[in-house]
Amino acid sequence: MVKIVRRPHLAGMRKLYVVEILGGLLTTLAHVLRNLFFPEKLPTVFYPENRKAIPAAYRGRHRLMKREDGSPRCTACMLCATSCPAFCIHIQAGEADDPFKEKYPVDFTIDLLRCVFCGLCVEACPLDAIRMDVPLVSFAGYRREDVILTKEILLQHENADYAHAPGYNPHRPLSVTHGVHYINFLKNIK
Amino acid sequence: MDSLTFGAINIVVMAVVMWNIPLQFIPLMIWLERKGAAIIQDRIGPLRANIFGIRLFGLLHTIADAIKLLFKEDIIPNHVHRLYYVMAPFWSMTVALVPLMLIPIASPLQIGAHLFRFQVADYSSGLVLLFAITGLGVYGTFFAGWASNNKYSLLGSLRSSAQMISYELGMGLAIVAVLMAYQEISVSSIVEKQSGMMKLFHWVVPLPNWGIFLNPVAFVVFLVSAFAETNRTPFDLVEGESEIVAGYHTEYSSMKFALFFMAEYAHMVVASIVMATLFLGGYQIPYVTTEQLRHNSHYALCAILIIIALLCLIAGIIVYKRAKAYGMSFAEKLGKKEYFVISYLLFAAALMSIFLVPLVVQMRFAALPSQIIVAALQMMALFGKAMIFLWLYVHVRWTLPRFRYDQLMNLGWKILFPVSLLNIAITGIVISFT
Ligand code: SF4
Ligand code: SF4
Repeated sequence: MVKIVRRPHLAGMRKLYVVEILGGLLTTLAHVLRNLFFPEKLPTVFYPENRKAIPAAYRGRHRLMKREDGSPRCTACMLCATSCPAFCIHIQAGEADDPFKEKYPVDFTIDLLRCVFCGLCVEACPLDAIRMDVPLVSFAGYRREDVILTKEILLQHENADYAHAPGYNPHRPLSVTHGVHYINFLKNIK
Repeated sequence: MDSLTFGAINIVVMAVVMWNIPLQFIPLMIWLERKGAAIIQDRIGPLRANIFGIRLFGLLHTIADAIKLLFKEDIIPNHVHRLYYVMAPFWSMTVALVPLMLIPIASPLQIGAHLFRFQVADYSSGLVLLFAITGLGVYGTFFAGWASNNKYSLLGSLRSSAQMISYELGMGLAIVAVLMAYQEISVSSIVEKQSGMMKLFHWVVPLPNWGIFLNPVAFVVFLVSAFAETNRTPFDLVEGESEIVAGYHTEYSSMKFALFFMAEYAHMVVASIVMATLFLGGYQIPYVTTEQLRHNSHYALCAILIIIALLCLIAGIIVYKRAKAYGMSFAEKLGKKEYFVISYLLFAAALMSIFLVPLVVQMRFAALPSQIIVAALQMMALFGKAMIFLWLYVHVRWTLPRFRYDQLMNLGWKILFPVSLLNIAITGIVISFT
């Protein structure tokens, strides 16, 4: 159904703007007075010093999950690389010794410079081997190599349960393990 | 000292002072604009620039900006008209600074046989000259737009000229009504006329004898026109970024751009002081005359101290609240304590001035010191009144959206122009009956 919105008809005092303008000024004046004398009510967070908790559903940087024996869950099926619209996942498959899995990734590289953070790789993976939940808000680097993720970097997270730790904040870790994983991870990426 | 030398010294001293007033107000205004915008939009505003952790509420950002703009490359594009291009920013700035020379900022001092005026030129038809000079401001914008040889710049300056002409008309007619009410045309006598109480048909009205009460319609018309004259929101079509890039200063960079920017603020300061002078009684303190103040100068000094105490108290509360709300989040060691220290200093200053009041009440001053005290109080009054308008500029800018071009013209020609004509007629009728 088409709904026609007519231009409001301004008549009388409203056409002189004066009343409307005074009303608008009063609204902003209320904000001024509140914010002047109650600055603690402002929503601003002083970012590098204080950080907000990262929500559980945060889509962050990629990581690879591990099996119980410590080997990567990934079987190099290439589904993620195929579904990636940016063609930024590069997998080199190798034959595995394990009779129950044919292949394993010899090399698994994600070029974050090309990644568009669409999450399609996570959707595609049949083994839940790749996730995008590393609770990092800023992972900029000074060199290209800093933002091209290798298999070692991707596997550093020891299956930490980021998504089910609501309010996980790397700067105020909820548990020791979280903190340790995060610190290890930071050490290795530099 | 003969009166000629004294007069020359007087003019030179006052010229330096008056030249500096807008220049000192500019950084303050830029800070006020940024902080005002932030606070209206529920933000904190600029706060990051610091020297060893001392942030001074973001005041240092203005200095950082000035340094940045000074050291940027000053590009003159090849396709411009060089003379006008270079001249335009200087023109804008100069024209913005000159009108203040005609405004008195306090009543004159009697030093021996000489009269020290707080005014550079007490020109007998000062008001006319003042508006003649302000009207030249449009040339700065227009030179810039024409010389830039760029369609957006030209459109911006075209809009500016059209807007100035439309609003200068309303403004001039508003002034005519004001002049009729005061029956004076020299700025200093207009200010002197505004002392004491208002009289209407021989009744005393319990209001100060200010232009805003004598002629409220002229005040509203003048206020709107002053916003249009300074190219401020809601009349800043000249630099409508959504339509014409940056308008007339699209082609400018570095300090030339900064000059345009500063000229806008200088213009605002001048317009505010002019409005305070014409409509809020200039340097006059409401209800008391200069003579009464000079005979009771100890009370005048008390008033100054109490005002300082009040301002320090309010500023102290605001700073203390901020210190508690986010002082601890600052990373620097000094920064954590800075706001607390400043707020305690402000509270101490407030207490000091309050304790001085009982001492001062018993003092009696000689002729010259009491005149100086009164002059100080009057300057505070004038700049306080000007601050009201300066805040209004900021407040309006962050409240109202920009007018459309046809709305702008309609407002200028179909509302302000007839209203001020009608106002002249009514003022004439009222005056002929009193
Ligand atoms: S998030 Fe999208 S672009 Fe990035 S690697 Fe996964 S599929 Fe490719
Ligand atoms: S889809 Fe999963 S299992 Fe397949 S290659 Fe990608 S990460 Fe490995």
